[in-house]
Amino acid sequence: MPPKSDRTILLDARAMSRALQRMAVEVAELAHGTADLVLIGIQRRGVELAERIAKLIEKDEGVDVPRGALDITLYRDDLETVGPKPVIGETRLPVDLTDKHAVIVDDVLYTGRTVRAALDELADFGRPKRISLCVLVDRGGRELPIQADVIGQTVKTGPGERVEVQVDELDGHDQVDLVR
Amino acid sequence: MTVTLGKDLIGLEHLTPEQIRLILDTAEPFKEVSERPIKKVPALRGKTIVNLFFEASTRTRISFEFAEKRLSADTVNVAATGSSVSKGETLVDTARNLEAMRIDMVVIRHGSSGAAGFLGQRIRSNVINAGDGKHEHPTQALLDLLTIRDTHGKIEGLKVCLVGDVLHSRVARSNIWGLTKLGAQVAVCGPHTLLPRGIEELGVTVFPRIEEAIEWADVLNVLRLQLERMEKGFIPSLREYYRVWGVTPERLERSPRPITIMHPGPMNRGVEIDSRVADGPNSVILDQVTNGVAVRMAVLYLLAGGRPELADAAKRGGGGAE
Repeated sequence: MPPKSDRTILLDARAMSRALQRMAVEVAELAHGTADLVLIGIQRRGVELAERIAKLIEKDEGVDVPRGALDITLYRDDLETVGPKPVIGETRLPVDLTDKHAVIVDDVLYTGRTVRAALDELADFGRPKRISLCVLVDRGGRELPIQADVIGQTVKTGPGERVEVQVDELDGHDQVDLVR
Repeated sequence: MTVTLGKDLIGLEHLTPEQIRLILDTAEPFKEVSERPIKKVPALRGKTIVNLFFEASTRTRISFEFAEKRLSADTVNVAATGSSVSKGETLVDTARNLEAMRIDMVVIRHGSSGAAGFLGQRIRSNVINAGDGKHEHPTQALLDLLTIRDTHGKIEGLKVCLVGDVLHSRVARSNIWGLTKLGAQVAVCGPHTLLPRGIEELGVTVFPRIEEAIEWADVLNVLRLQLERMEKGFIPSLREYYRVWGVTPERLERSPRPITIMHPGPMNRGVEIDSRVADGPNSVILDQVTNGVAVRMAVLYLLAGGRPELADAAKRGGGGAE
C-alpha cells in the first residue's frame, strides 16, 4: 500500500455493516423471498460479501441460501493484452443454475466489464430464470450498458482514482477507501 | 517479482522452482473447468494451435487436444506419416510453412533430442515440447508433480523413486529436474544396463534392488519398458524383467508405509507392473491422466499471446476490468 497516496474513508466498519444489512433486505425483496435464490460472489472480495449477505438473509428469513464463487479471469476481454497472466481463483457453483434467481455479488462496479464476463460465464452453467447484480460500491465510469439492482453506496470517481474494499476475512478489518 | 514462463516450454531443466509452482498452481482451477456442464472457457479464442507429432502418441496428443479445445483454441493435427514430412521436408521448413498460415502455437513431439528447443529458437510462435527424443517431456513431469502434490499435500521432502528404463526415458529426465527443484528426494532403480552412467551427479540415489527402493520410497513412478529394448539386449527377457524388477503386491506388502503408484502409460501389465498394483487402492495412474489435461491447459494459458506492448496501450486507453 503506497503510504503517500491520498486516502478517504467511504465506509468504515459500522457503515459497511449497515450497508450490507440493507443490501440483504433488498436482495430478499428483489427475489420476492428466498425460493430459488442463489448468491454468486465474484472472486476475490465478492465471494466474502456474498457469504455475509447470504448469512444475513438466512438470519432474517430462517432459510438456507445457497452461494457460490465465480472467477471470471478466463472470460475477460483483455486476456490478450494483460502482461503476466492473472492468477485464476476458484469457481464453485453449488447448484444447477437453471431456473434459479442468480444474484451476482461484487465489491465494486466500475466499467462493467467484469459483470459482462460473469454473465457470459454463468450462461455456461445453465439458464437462470433471472440474473441480478448486487454491489457494495457503484463508482460510475461504465463502459458497457450494465447497471446494479442493489447498491451499498454510490460514489462519483475519476479514472485516476481507485476504490479499495477491505473485508475482515481477508484484510483483518472492514473498510472502503477512495484512493487518489 | 511477477513470475512468467517466457515464450516456450522446452523442459524443466531451465525452469525455476517458482515457474514450476506457477504452472502447478495455475493447473488447480483448470481441473474444475473439465467438471463443468460445458467444458469450455473462452480464454484462447481465436488462437490457432498446431499439434505437430513426428512420433506416435495417443495419450499425450489427445490430452493436448482436449486442453486446447477446452480453452476454445482452434487446433490442427499434423502427423509425420502422410504429410510433407515423409517427403523429406525439414522441421524448420514445415514449421515456417505453418507459420505462414498464421498460427500462434506449436505443440511438438519429435524423435530427436533438442528438436523442440531448435524449433523454438527459429519461429515466432510459442513452442511446447510434447517429448523430444531422450531429452525431456515437461508436461508429463508437471502432471506427475501435480498428482504427487494432490496425493501427499506437498512435494518437498517426499521420497520418489523412478523404476525401470531411466536411460531412454525423457519422462524420467524431466521428473528428476522437476522433483529435485521442488525439494523431493529422488532415486532411480532398474537394471544397470538401463540406468545412465553418472546419474548420481544429479543428486539422485541409485537402488540396485527393487526391494530396497520399496523400503525407502513414498512414491514409485514405474516407467514403461519399451519392448524393443529386449531385442537390443538391454534385458534378457520380459519374464525375467518382471521377476526381478516387477512392481508386485507381494513386494509392496513389505513396505513400511503405503506407496503411491504412478505410471506414465501405456502400461505393460505383467512386465514392469502387476495388474493388481496398477488397479490397486494406491494407484493414481488415472488421476495422472485427468491432471494431464489441467496441466496442459495451464501451460497453454500461461504461454499464449504474451503481448505486453498491447497491455501498455490498453492501460493508456483506460478500461480493463476492475
